[in-house]
Amino acid sequence: MSDAQAPDVRTLIDEVTRFIYREARLQDDHAYDEWEALWTDDGVYWIPANGEGGDPELEMSIIYDNRSRIALRIRQFHTGKRYSQTPRSRLRRIVSNVEILGHEGDELLVTSNAMVFESSVRGDTVWASRNEYTLRRDGDALRMARKKVVLVNNETALYSMAFLI
Amino acid sequence: MSNCDHVIPIAPAATDPAVRWAELVRDDHVHGSLYTDPAIFQAELRKIWYRTWVYVGHESEVPNANDYVMKSIGPEPILMTRDRGGSIHLLHNRCPHRGNRVCMSEKGNARSFTCPYHGWTFANDGALRGYPFPSGYEDADRSTLGLGRVARVASHRGFVFGSFAEEGESLLEHLGAAAGAIDALCMNSPAGEVEVTAGYLKHKVKANWKFLVENETDGYHPSFVHASIFEVAQSGIGTLYDSDSTAVSRDFGKGHTENDLRPEFRKRDQPLSWFGTTPEKLPAYVAQMDAAYGRDKAREIMIDGTPHIMIFPNLFIAEIQLFVLQPLSVDHTVQHVTAIQFKGAPDINRRLRQQTMGSVGPAGFLLADDAAMYERTQLGVQASNPEWLYLGRGRHRERLDENGYRIGDATDETPSRGIWRHYKSMMEAA
Repeated sequence: MSDAQAPDVRTLIDEVTRFIYREARLQDDHAYDEWEALWTDDGVYWIPANGEGGDPELEMSIIYDNRSRIALRIRQFHTGKRYSQTPRSRLRRIVSNVEILGHEGDELLVTSNAMVFESSVRGDTVWASRNEYTLRRDGDALRMARKKVVLVNNETALYSMAFLI
Repeated sequence: MSNCDHVIPIAPAATDPAVRWAELVRDDHVHGSLYTDPAIFQAELRKIWYRTWVYVGHESEVPNANDYVMKSIGPEPILMTRDRGGSIHLLHNRCPHRGNRVCMSEKGNARSFTCPYHGWTFANDGALRGYPFPSGYEDADRSTLGLGRVARVASHRGFVFGSFAEEGESLLEHLGAAAGAIDALCMNSPAGEVEVTAGYLKHKVKANWKFLVENETDGYHPSFVHASIFEVAQSGIGTLYDSDSTAVSRDFGKGHTENDLRPEFRKRDQPLSWFGTTPEKLPAYVAQMDAAYGRDKAREIMIDGTPHIMIFPNLFIAEIQLFVLQPLSVDHTVQHVTAIQFKGAPDINRRLRQQTMGSVGPAGFLLADDAAMYERTQLGVQASNPEWLYLGRGRHRERLDENGYRIGDATDETPSRGIWRHYKSMMEAA
């Protein structure tokens, strides 16, 4: 019996998958505060530009938010005047290919693929990405310590994407 | 999903539309078709983008011999290279044999480029080095079979511009007072030089390029479009564009326009207030500035800060960011944007990058909302009534400054009127 089929591994991947599904639903529904509550206090939200993005401390990224900037992003939505999301994009995403790539202490390194259909004032856009998570166990729950979204087409010019991805 | 940023849109044959420009571009009104008519866009490519000086890239993007980087002039990809002697070249990415794209990388280091189709090889100054099986080309004149070169290349303080026109005014004549703004920007670097080393975000919008050019120095919109971020972040930007701001909008002529925020910064009299910070937070930078310019001059520079200038048609220096505008078609434009970096000043450079990343690009706190306005304006202007856009704000209080340039209040449309005046003169030129 391989590792991936062991009952405890199945339980773990089930828990991780449910976490990722929930995150996807909160994003699709613009449930900003519930989404923000998924983060650890030291969370980093990173969407590189130009491939894997090199060193985000040295090169431009589409988003490279520390925890306080994630909070600022959410507060901006709540003003109701974030025009790139007023009216909000209508969103539905499919998340798949969830794999646990590693453990370290209370942290899990997880990867998944996502495909997002966005309908907005500008028109309809399809976004596709590989998402990497560092999930940290916090009591009974998992939280995001790091999320990296590598858009498949991030080397090309991209339309605005001010919704949560 | 369209990927039109990869291709030059197919254009109808190059005949000028029978446009009477003076009828479409009036003193305080412009016609909506100027943003929507594909024939007018084609005419703009010929009379503006493929004629005047267009900003291409910065010398620091190709720091070493044989470095190259893919840039553009209008929809056309342009290869910016540095040859082994250090000279900069601007080359068209088109094999003179069968038209194939010769270079498919965004950047790199190469002494030569080989076309993958039939193996023709070109030096990085564009000259033909050779082709396989040369006996088939006995009568060919190799000197006429190099890569196309941008007719004129010139730079100012490391900012490289290209013009497809063999003749015309010099770069410095074209820049006029805008050259002084680039100089003022460089003064904010202790080494007197800026660098472009942080890579670009490429932000695509479904809008005509002129909506972007006009918006860059529109001091009227920030209070509304950016209200959401001003409400939640204490940036200090909002008050610069109040109706009682002492900042001025300025038309330098030749289409170059600025929001001169120095009157507000001088009133505050706080070094680095322009950047929303204090000398205590950037001690290494301040020490370098003091050493480079002397305390008094350094203080003056750090109070005035960097310019907010739109250099027609495509270089926008927005205090801490560099935007390069690239029109793709009548209703598609890309803004390439990066953080300005001051040579040898790591502490302020880190902050410049962090602040730029928060503000601009597809998810930026500021630019995503600007982009929403560009795109909705493009949709709105397709409605038929009224046919015109009104640019009359501040006409009654427009005046000349001590150098003879037109200025208006911070929120006035003096810049837009200046852009259109220049636009009309370019489109009317033979």
